[in-house]
Amino acid sequence: MSLIDVRDLARTFVVRRRNGALTRSRSEVRAVHDLTFSIGAGEMVGYIGPNGAGKSTTIKMLTGILVPSSGRLRVAELEPSRQRTELARRIGVVFGQRTTLWWDLPLRDSFELLQKIYRVDAARHRRNLEEYVELLDLGDLLDTPVRQLSLGQRMRGDITAALLHDPEILYLDEPTIGLDVISKGRLREFLRTLNAERGTTLMLTTHDLQDIEALCDRVIVIDHGTAVFDGPLGDLHHRGESRRTLVVDLVDEAPPIAVPGAETRKVEGPRQWLTFPAGASAAPIVAAVAASYDVADLSIQEPDIEDVIRQIYAGG
Amino acid sequence: MLYAAVAVRSFRRYSTYTAATLAGIFTNSVFGLIYSYAYIELWRAAPHAGGYTTTDAVTYVWLGQSMIMTVAMWSGGTTDDLNERIRTGDVSIDLYRPVPVLWWYYAGDLGRATYHFLTRGLAPSLIGLVLFHIRGPATPAAAVGFAASVFLAVTVSFAIRFLVATTAFWVLDSSGIRLMSAILSMALSGMVLPLNLVPGVAGTIVNALPWASYVQVPIDVYLGRHHGTDLLAALGFQALWAVVLLGLCGWVLERATAKVVVQGG
Ligand SMILES: Nc1ncnc2c1ncn2[C@@H]1O[C@H](COP(=O)(O)OP(=O)(O)OP(=O)(O)O)[C@@H](O)[C@H]1O
Ligand SMILES: [Mg+2]
Repeated sequence: MSLIDVRDLARTFVVRRRNGALTRSRSEVRAVHDLTFSIGAGEMVGYIGPNGAGKSTTIKMLTGILVPSSGRLRVAELEPSRQRTELARRIGVVFGQRTTLWWDLPLRDSFELLQKIYRVDAARHRRNLEEYVELLDLGDLLDTPVRQLSLGQRMRGDITAALLHDPEILYLDEPTIGLDVISKGRLREFLRTLNAERGTTLMLTTHDLQDIEALCDRVIVIDHGTAVFDGPLGDLHHRGESRRTLVVDLVDEAPPIAVPGAETRKVEGPRQWLTFPAGASAAPIVAAVAASYDVADLSIQEPDIEDVIRQIYAGG
Repeated sequence: MLYAAVAVRSFRRYSTYTAATLAGIFTNSVFGLIYSYAYIELWRAAPHAGGYTTTDAVTYVWLGQSMIMTVAMWSGGTTDDLNERIRTGDVSIDLYRPVPVLWWYYAGDLGRATYHFLTRGLAPSLIGLVLFHIRGPATPAAAVGFAASVFLAVTVSFAIRFLVATTAFWVLDSSGIRLMSAILSMALSGMVLPLNLVPGVAGTIVNALPWASYVQVPIDVYLGRHHGTDLLAALGFQALWAVVLLGLCGWVLERATAKVVVQGG
């Protein structure tokens, strides 16, 4: 039995717009439709898609703060919108753009309030707090009011806040937004540890594909409200028109190279870029180039996951 | 207990704004002075107006100043936070927590009111005591009644501010409604002029409206104008409004939650 079970999920928003003094138009936005997936305990799933694809809408439905228009939704065998409070005790949510901490209170006070809200017993709370403060390096910040924290510090505080009640599932909606490279790295490291040691199921949305590459074995790509890909990250490359690039440095300038199985995309002086399907072997192409041209150097570029996803979005 | 913890945190939070507190006490005291001299003249012209002696009237002035922030007559309560969180959408986080939103903000506002009562309430009245020898509570019963009445005053004002704040769920800019509410509270609470001075039917009406709970009722209780069952009736009047308005808050919040959760904000 999977932990998160989504079947034919749909959500439409009714948007009323005023066109003039008297006329009003009513239109429907299909934010999510025909969405089906399930996530098992302990998985780390990346949920990606372009702006407005329906990621946040999905997360809101999964946490129960938005009612689906139709379809079936079960999280830990609960129906989120009906059993929102019960579910809240079993899940943690981090919204990169919002904070669950209290602006004017020291971090410590926010954590104490959360202990009372979720009725975490004192010993367990102390143990968790100690651990997360240590792992996320929050020790010196506990007495700082949240409004004085930097974005990265606040995010670490928010993640601790979401985890103090030992949730089975942690949803992260753009957790790395606005963080610098080092903070992102530390955060990813922490999430990996969390998943490995506690078995916490992670579902994260992000526009930073490095988050996905670093964390997720599985990605769900959503576009225009519905899933267009669901599978291991590696399989994304084999999908669509994904191509590898062979960069050839010739000894002398030459007209575009013509070898079977590859296309020459660009020529710049003695350097030429050839592309070929990601699924094909590079060996025959390299051999063919070397046989007919004077080659100074060669290198192969793997398809960029961003390109791959861009192609999926474009094709969808 | 969660709500006690919320109230304590809220108390502490407001206590960090010392400069604002001092400035506020200064302002309340200046207005206390001006009103006192005006009232003294007024009562010289019309002795025993509204059934108050001149000392009663001056006491009324200083207690009135003390009530302004205690009931957050214009703004400054936790309901301001709610309004802001509705505007920014952060309220969805409040809705998602396993805590009833209404009691959460109420507990916070009680913590705030306690802080404001002890600072911006007590300090101006002490100044009034030193400069104008204002009266103490009429009887021990009046003192106890006053404490209960202030608590109910905060509750009624909280409920009204909560209702005003939740209008942000339906209108984009609720600042006009908030301003109107502030003006109504000021005029109808008895803060500017005791409601007992309003003649005839108008007087009966303003004394029956919830805003009378803010200032008029607590001060009359303090001055000992209500005895025995009459004292209970005065507190009952406040309690009735408190229950009715909190019930309304609960209902509005239910609609608002449905709007956010079902319609998507
Ligand atoms: N409350 C709402 N009312 C009307 N339309 C909405 C509402 N919430 C979302 N939408 C629309 O639904 C679609 C999906 O929005 P959503 O916020 O889920 O996108 P997203 O994938 O999270 O995008 P982003 O990457 O920009 O965060 C968008 O077209 C958005 O305009
Ligand atoms: Mg989003």
